[in-house]
Amino acid sequence: MNGINLLQQARHCGERFSASTGLNSDNLTSGQKLAVNYFTVAVILFIAQILFGLLAAMQFIWPAFLLDILDFNVNRMVHINAMVVWMLYGFIGSIYWLLEDESQTEIVGLPLGRLAFWVLTAAVTVVVLVYLLIQTGAGKDSSLWLINEGREYIEAPRWADIGIVIVMLVFFYNVVATFSKGRWSGIAGVLTLDLVALAGLYLAGMVYMTNLSQDQYWWWWVIHLWVEATWEVLVGVIMAWTLMKLLGVRRQIVQTWLYIEVALMFGSGILGLGHHYFWIGTPDYWLTIGGFFSALEPIPLVAMVVHAIYDTGRHSFKNSNHPALAWVIAHAFGNFLGAGVWGFMHTLPQINLYTHGTQWSASHGHLAFFGAYATINIAFFYLAIQHWRGNIWMGEEIEHAWRWKWAIALLNIGVMGMTVALLIAGYEQSFIERALEGSSWAGYFSGQNHPAFQNAMVWRLLFGVVTAAGLGLLVWDLLTIGKTETRLAKVIGAESAES
Amino acid sequence: MKQTPQWALESFWKKVAIWVTAGSFLILIVLTLDSLQQTEVGGSRVPKFSVINQKIDYRYQEKQHRSIPVIGGEELLFGKSFSEEEARALVDLGKKTVQAKNCMNCHTLLGNGAYYAPDLTKAWLDKGWISVEAREDLMQRFLLDPENNARTFGSNRKMPNQNLSAEEARGVMAFLKWMSGIDTNGFPYQFKTLYGEE
Repeated sequence: MNGINLLQQARHCGERFSASTGLNSDNLTSGQKLAVNYFTVAVILFIAQILFGLLAAMQFIWPAFLLDILDFNVNRMVHINAMVVWMLYGFIGSIYWLLEDESQTEIVGLPLGRLAFWVLTAAVTVVVLVYLLIQTGAGKDSSLWLINEGREYIEAPRWADIGIVIVMLVFFYNVVATFSKGRWSGIAGVLTLDLVALAGLYLAGMVYMTNLSQDQYWWWWVIHLWVEATWEVLVGVIMAWTLMKLLGVRRQIVQTWLYIEVALMFGSGILGLGHHYFWIGTPDYWLTIGGFFSALEPIPLVAMVVHAIYDTGRHSFKNSNHPALAWVIAHAFGNFLGAGVWGFMHTLPQINLYTHGTQWSASHGHLAFFGAYATINIAFFYLAIQHWRGNIWMGEEIEHAWRWKWAIALLNIGVMGMTVALLIAGYEQSFIERALEGSSWAGYFSGQNHPAFQNAMVWRLLFGVVTAAGLGLLVWDLLTIGKTETRLAKVIGAESAES
Repeated sequence: MKQTPQWALESFWKKVAIWVTAGSFLILIVLTLDSLQQTEVGGSRVPKFSVINQKIDYRYQEKQHRSIPVIGGEELLFGKSFSEEEARALVDLGKKTVQAKNCMNCHTLLGNGAYYAPDLTKAWLDKGWISVEAREDLMQRFLLDPENNARTFGSNRKMPNQNLSAEEARGVMAFLKWMSGIDTNGFPYQFKTLYGEE
């Protein structure tokens, strides 16, 4: 009985909370209602990501902190897994959000989609609880099936992998069947092909093998071909649709750009996979192929900046949702800087020999994931909130505008600060541990003990706190923005072909 | 209205996108088939499992400007000569232990993982084990009770006790020894082994 009481109380609390936000779900279509479920979980996992990131950052400074309770490997695993999963939730939510509008029809398998959401969320909850409470297992198959697969980014145990694939298939069915029933657009085509690749690639990470070189070979198929290829195309799709909605950019223009981006992204990103094959036992032709193609990887990101900024300027920044547009611009620059520039800086094998496996990668990882993926998801959250409140005006003179402005400023300053601090640590590590001391264990620790490294870790924590403050403000703003707004958004018509 | 030039047409870029994607993927498939063949256990780049019965060194090659693994004569692990199948089972136990204990979220393997603890790629060959004779014993004690046997070189970072069984610890050592024999194209660079440059 106590359990039921507790559940009821939790439900009441939830209802009171959602009433206090004043968000009215009658404003949403059924697909959008499903989307906001995904967004809600995404935000919760975003908070978890930052909290566990802070714990791990503290352990770099105070190694005894939480030792034997929540060791670094647990915090770090939850930190990166929460990130991957919240971004996926954001993407799935965004696609469900735009699906009905883009296809001009209702989602075909909505109940199935709802079921998949709850199954996925339950699975994620169980996986995280096992990570935190059981943490590790004995060296046998059952540990990899039930507790933790121990492979960075895709640590989820095998049972959860299978669940994820099933949920992705449901999602894929909904996307394809809905587009097939309604309007099939260029965006629909790119999205469909991209989701086939996205789901298919995950299978490459689901096989155990003793041979470490081949294990890492397939592991990178998932990680790289997700993050540096299919995810990039996915955000290209979301960006294309968003620009049409926010600014009224003509469909023909965004779709042409989308095809150009796909060509550049896959043309550089697929073989750019080779930059992960420099040092894992794979043949040395990958040094040339990986170096060459990954050096091209920033090009599509430049194209995306040009696309976003040109279209925004062409429409004189006129739009009804300033926070969303600001985050789209942050995405364009963040993607280029974090994924493009920071990736390029250490992608050539001649440099990577020294930087591989140092804080360089952490520096790049922080700015790239934030710049490329967190930003576009946040932009979409603002779009969703605007409609959740009844398509209100979210342009100039909106009440409490300081909140979204400070949130975007703090988050960007926080992440950029962490990135630079980690870059300094990475430089120091590459010089001392790698170049001078030849990567021995003693060399590793003389790098870690160096004041430049230690200071960098303090700065990283400080900027981590700034990021956390920005996130707190962001969540507050998302829950309250436009609460008292009565003006409706101006209708943005698509520009004519002549304009 | 002016006619849109060919290069600016949506349909043109659609075709380019499809061909570029398909072409890149095809090349990747071909390279993957070759890479998988070259990285087979016992092939040219990844040693057979029974290499754990032999001396493994990592030496700088003037001509290639990189170090490569050099497999020498007999140097048994735990005083025992393992058959290929026995060695595979032991390395496999080690790898499963490394995964189940989530080592990769502090350490790096072949340079991949987290950066809170040293890279394990050539850990078997590290000078920190003092001498060839002392290595096996030191490493085993370290793995079974890191809190009392850890060598942290003046940092106060500690490896928590992973509660390994003795067999798991032996598996991890076999795995580390086998991994140090993988040809990693010279990563890590300028690494000086326990054996010194002869």
